Amino acid sequence: MIWQVDLIILLLIVVLAIAIVNTKNLFTATILFGGYSFLMCVLWTGMGAVDVAFTEAAVGAGVSTAVFVAAIYQTTRRSKD
Amino acid sequence: MIEKNENIILKNITQYLVAFIQLFGLYVIAHGHGSPGGGFQGGCILAASYILMITTLGIEDTKKKYNEFKKHLFNSLGVFIYAFTGFVCLLLGANYLDYSGLSNLFPVDPIKARYIGTFVIEVGVGITVMSIMLTIFVELLTVKRKQS
Amino acid sequence: MKILALIVSIMTGALLIYAAEDFPSWGDPNSPTSLHVSPRYITKTYEETKIPNMVTAVLADYRGYDTLFETTVIFAAGITVLFLLRGNRDD
Repeated sequence: MIWQVDLIILLLIVVLAIAIVNTKNLFTATILFGGYSFLMCVLWTGMGAVDVAFTEAAVGAGVSTAVFVAAIYQTTRRSKD
Repeated sequence: MIEKNENIILKNITQYLVAFIQLFGLYVIAHGHGSPGGGFQGGCILAASYILMITTLGIEDTKKKYNEFKKHLFNSLGVFIYAFTGFVCLLLGANYLDYSGLSNLFPVDPIKARYIGTFVIEVGVGITVMSIMLTIFVELLTVKRKQS
Repeated sequence: MKILALIVSIMTGALLIYAAEDFPSWGDPNSPTSLHVSPRYITKTYEETKIPNMVTAVLADYRGYDTLFETTVIFAAGITVLFLLRGNRDD
């Protein structure tokens, strides 16, 4: 692990988490959540936990994004609060 | 998303890409021993290939390949394979889920039998995860809300 | 109300960071898990199961019950979604 790369990834994760909470468009939040999962996957790969990273890439960035999109398809795209 | 997409690029690319995604999913399940991966991840990749088919080719065409009967069969088949393997071990004189008992059934030594038992249950986990992820996606996509 | 929620979140986060100070650092060879459990699996997994990937061996063989009920939980989640969303239909 190179600590500069780690620091950049962790900062990006924090920025993405704040952006997910603050955005009003639910579709944007879903795509940002996919990016968040992908950065967590990169972080775990750097730590050597390849199986966890694989699961995060397959479930977090792949299937759960699709399920969120399917849920948004049934409701509205804008958050009410 | 439910309707068929008429874009010719999306249609053709999907038709060829699905085969490779499914091949990769099967590879991840089959090589869960030696490389990262296993039943859960491979099942998710197989489910992702069907999700790609639904989003581009439409839900009606996909249901011809993956119909209602197959959905209910695969939902329970994976858990059944897992639990039944453990039960076979119990019948052959070992503890529940102790795969070394399988050496009485196959002509291998007990250490190799644990390898085989692990592979069998990975396949079971993969089938269930693939089917359940697809079930959740399809049911969320096609739910009819009550008129209120 | 939003200010109160922010204060609660910050206090919980500070508490978690304070608790994380006591954890062994990442990859510490003298931490309790690296001394007890890990060497057993690292040295014995291949001779006992012939599986090169230790994670798969622990998940599917040594901790078979865990994975069995994990699969059952996924199955239960799917069946619950099936029942809840199908029950809403009028036809």
